[in-house]
Amino acid sequence: MATPVLQTNGLKAFYGDAQALFGIDFELNAGELVAIIGANGAGKSTFLKCLTGLVKSEKESISWNGQHIGGMHPGEIVRLGLAMVPEGRRLFPSLSVEENLLMGMVPQRKGPWNIERLYRMFPILKEKKNLPGTSLSGGQQQMVAIGRALMSNPEVLLCDELSLGLAPIVIREIYNAMPEITAEGMTVVIVEQDVGMARNVSQRLYCFQEGLVSLKGESSELTREQISQAYFGV
Amino acid sequence: METILQGLLLGGLYALFALGQSLIFGVMRLTNTAHGDFIILGSFITLTLTALGIAPWYAVLATLPINWLIGYMLQRYVLNGTLGKDPLPSLVVTFGLSIVVQNLLLEVFSADPRSIDTEGFNTMSWALTGDISVGVLPVLILILALSSTAGLQWLFNHTSMGRSFRAVSDDREIAELMGLNARRVYAQATALAFVLVGLAGALQGMRTTVAPADGPMLLLFAFEAVIIGGMGSFWGTLAGAMLLGVTQQIGFRLDPGWGIWAGHLMFLAILVLRPQGLFPKTRG
Repeated sequence: MATPVLQTNGLKAFYGDAQALFGIDFELNAGELVAIIGANGAGKSTFLKCLTGLVKSEKESISWNGQHIGGMHPGEIVRLGLAMVPEGRRLFPSLSVEENLLMGMVPQRKGPWNIERLYRMFPILKEKKNLPGTSLSGGQQQMVAIGRALMSNPEVLLCDELSLGLAPIVIREIYNAMPEITAEGMTVVIVEQDVGMARNVSQRLYCFQEGLVSLKGESSELTREQISQAYFGV
Repeated sequence: METILQGLLLGGLYALFALGQSLIFGVMRLTNTAHGDFIILGSFITLTLTALGIAPWYAVLATLPINWLIGYMLQRYVLNGTLGKDPLPSLVVTFGLSIVVQNLLLEVFSADPRSIDTEGFNTMSWALTGDISVGVLPVLILILALSSTAGLQWLFNHTSMGRSFRAVSDDREIAELMGLNARRVYAQATALAFVLVGLAGALQGMRTTVAPADGPMLLLFAFEAVIIGGMGSFWGTLAGAMLLGVTQQIGFRLDPGWGIWAGHLMFLAILVLRPQGLFPKTRG
């Protein structure tokens, strides 16, 4: 069996004395689209922050193609091929749309994604390329955040709460871009609170509850009752 | 007319004092209370190089890379450790550095004021009209101040280094997620600021006399220019420096003892009436 591209073994995370993750076991295989769901405070975003090095963890608890990367600097991790679309977009306010996109570029990583390709996928961004990134609508900002992450030509793309604060029609527009992204063979992890959307777009699904994995399986095989029980713990 | 002109020329020097401070504050939100002492250190580095027999303008040029190195090392190995949400550690450390630099200069060079020998360049002047003449060195300083401001603004707006400066200033965590090493970017910003500090120090030493204890006064002028202009804005800093220079000159004109006071009063008036400064955040 092939080595998972990304794996965590008993991953724990702390904010000072407060423990946020209590031993997460997670596997991600090349080319998959995996969703992580869970209520607020379940540890989903902390988990992604651990994977990207923003929250420190033990070295052996995270493996990238068999190499231990726990606690590495975020810059080293992005150069390995892991990029993240952060919760709340977090565009750089003093940078234009195009400058925000260029910030994502990692010279060491070559691939199909470049600024012209992104403008073809999201034409509105080309029209607004010289405007401050934060002057755009929420949906357009999310496009910039996705584009910025794709600019590094990552092997694995982590998306944290893509639908947060967006209108349903905008969420659909954002998710419509997913097939073009995964068509390149990119592996994707999405963190979502919208359970229906997460089930529809993913092949496998993890549910987190209070810093632990409460359910995992093939998205199409998990029942609504199983998910409800794992999500709410009732 | 002459007062305004002399004020603008003095403002050019103050702009060079203040640009480095503006850059460091803009990128790191760090207030360097040793800024004035590092300007004086720059003067003494140039002085030492001229004492070694290097021609004055070559000594100025040689001061710049030396200062770049000092700035880079200082940020990388000292100041980076003080950065965080609490501004107190950086204030305490730079205050300590101020005392260290002043006392080091006193120990090595004594308290005597001295100036850099420009081989007569600092006394050359152009007569504009029968009554008004301007010094060649102050005009050169003004040109350097304008070029430095324009250069910094261009670097911030049009280069990948400027983009990195703005990105780490906006959101350090996300900038690191984009592959930037924020500590290295901070060190580059301080190194660049110290090049300006070195230039300002060398020109101050050419224009007038310098002594190890002069730093705090220069820090005050730099602070005033930055705050009058608006934090984080290079053109604002230049405008603030010009306004400070002109106000001081008007004060000197009214009474030779009032020049510096007039500048302080104008600064206080701006703080009361427009605490955000005249042109805040015009950078980018």
